[in-house]
Amino acid sequence: MNSPPGVTRATLVKDLRLEWRSKDAINSMLFFALLVVVIFSFSFDPTAEESRRIAGGLVWVAFLFAAVVALNQTWARELRNQVLDAYRVSPARANSLFLAKVTGNFIFVSVLEALMTPLFVVFYNLRAIGPAYQLLFVAVLGTWALVVNGTFFAAMSIRTRSREIMLPLLLFPITIPALLAMVEATSSILTGEFSARFWIVLLAVYDVVFTTGCLLFFEIVLHGE
Amino acid sequence: MKRAFPIFAILTAGLLSYGLYGALIQAPTEQTMGDVQRIFYYHVPSAWTAFCLFFVNLVASIVYLVRRSPKVDALALASAEVGVVFCTVVLVTGPIWARPVWGIWWTWDLRLTLTLVLWLIYVSYLMLRRFSSSGQTPVMAAVLAALGALDVPLVYFSIWFFRTQHPQPVIGGGGSIDPRMLHVLLMNWLAFMCFAALVCWSRYRLEILRRQVEETQALESLLAGGSSR
Amino acid sequence: MTDSPIIAVNGLVKQFGRFAALRGVTASFEAGRLYAILGDNGAGKTTLLRVLAGLTPATRGSIAVLGATNLREVCAHLGYMAHPSLLYDEMSGMENLRYFARLYGIQDDARCQAVIRSVNLDPSLALPVGQYSQGMRQRMSLARALLNDPRILLLDEPFSNVDVRSAREMAGLLGQLRDSGKTILVVTHQAALLREVADEFVWMEAGQIVSRTREFQPEEAK
Repeated sequence: MNSPPGVTRATLVKDLRLEWRSKDAINSMLFFALLVVVIFSFSFDPTAEESRRIAGGLVWVAFLFAAVVALNQTWARELRNQVLDAYRVSPARANSLFLAKVTGNFIFVSVLEALMTPLFVVFYNLRAIGPAYQLLFVAVLGTWALVVNGTFFAAMSIRTRSREIMLPLLLFPITIPALLAMVEATSSILTGEFSARFWIVLLAVYDVVFTTGCLLFFEIVLHGE
Repeated sequence: MKRAFPIFAILTAGLLSYGLYGALIQAPTEQTMGDVQRIFYYHVPSAWTAFCLFFVNLVASIVYLVRRSPKVDALALASAEVGVVFCTVVLVTGPIWARPVWGIWWTWDLRLTLTLVLWLIYVSYLMLRRFSSSGQTPVMAAVLAALGALDVPLVYFSIWFFRTQHPQPVIGGGGSIDPRMLHVLLMNWLAFMCFAALVCWSRYRLEILRRQVEETQALESLLAGGSSR
Repeated sequence: MTDSPIIAVNGLVKQFGRFAALRGVTASFEAGRLYAILGDNGAGKTTLLRVLAGLTPATRGSIAVLGATNLREVCAHLGYMAHPSLLYDEMSGMENLRYFARLYGIQDDARCQAVIRSVNLDPSLALPVGQYSQGMRQRMSLARALLNDPRILLLDEPFSNVDVRSAREMAGLLGQLRDSGKTILVVTHQAALLREVADEFVWMEAGQIVSRTREFQPEEAK
């Protein structure tokens, strides 16, 4: 029969191919992210010392906003011509679709972060005093936290009347602990004042808890109506 | 059942007035804070009541996901709405109390912040209920409530650790409470719980009634539409 | 073939807020037959089809498809064609079908090509589906519904905006599929096209089935 990993891979390849052909999500996301970086650097023009303290917050809030733009696009494509119904009448598992979408968004948002980070470094003259390699863990775990919940709540919000505006309203309150962890971990590493270990562990726990929770409930959301 | 409602309402009114008397007159004035401290008899019972209501909402949501009974969903809706109201009372009375006592309106205190995050989650819950199309509202809302519950311990630990890194004024906690104060506090809590139950009850009945009306209208609209053609 | 009906619904009600699309539908459909479901806009035809496809849960009432009450268990035997195309506009027909075939666990391209040929389209056409004519898109959409060789086909307005010649061809194809043992439910406004091939005409009005006839009687509707 249809193996779940096979369906996930096919869906991921299909999404990447569609994105490659239309480039709607990545273009709008990139430009939006660039705007956020520029506006932030106008609004906050700190000294090197201060910028280390606030950069964690700035960077992650910028990533969060940019990610919301990308996440809203995820399901928009499935709604055109109601293609999602074709998935729903098939025997393929709901979670295969979810994992494909999460992986796809993880790739998009990671690309975005990789492009935005150098801009932040340039505008704010950032240099980490603490162990910089830990930033990689923070980035991966933090991005996963944003993307796993974001994909889930985007699937929920496309079913509502006010679609696009609903996603941040659902996503932000639930993401508060993860966001706090990302910001604090990044600031701790940049300033070198504290160890970021607790925050990285918290992020890992958050990822495990919410990945499990989303996988548990996604079928209900997809086949809800 | 119908007669129980007014009896319960009168009982609640009595308890609330007794609670008010206790808070304003019976309870002794606190030594350092003075009369401002009396807001405590509203702030704390509101918080406990709000948490109880959110717990009811969580249980109702999980039961709904298992059983899919519309009545349980109506209970989830009623408890969330009333819970948000009580939670708002906590968030408003908190700063009013904090300003004269600590000289600041707000601090990232563990309990305050947890209350704020819960309030945010439940406001988004009510938004979702408001904006999703009718058929799927109960399921989506129940899923959100369950995920929100998963969030609470994570919020707790993150704020707890945040505070160890960023020292904040030490608030409340510690020290024993005057037994007369405790008595008034518990009395007020009882009154608030009764009041919350009363409002939930009528909201629940209203929701059930609204759904019945909607169903009747739905069937009639189709009949009217069919015969006019 | 068994004696029990392949699809049986009892007292089906579907309510959308203040509007009821289905108001107590009770019906059974036999295996290997082609049913034309007719009626005005808003009569509940599309909703009935969506409920049968497992896309919309009924507010009340019971459904049994192939003997199963949980439609997820039998969805591998169902083919569903909706009013929208259910295809990705940016991909070619073959790319679309290759993806949907994976969802049913079908790995070989030969099946996709065969299905595309069966609806009189060319599998090697690289044009994205978004640039197809309406008639081609409808046929590709039918091909998608046929991918898993379903025992039951649920078709919503397959002939809308299709030119007369293509529509006749499609109707003929549906007749062949019925003869090969499939059960077919077609929702349509163009009942005349199915005069030759349909076994039964089911009239719906205001969320209920009002009559079922063996012969096509255009005047009886009103």
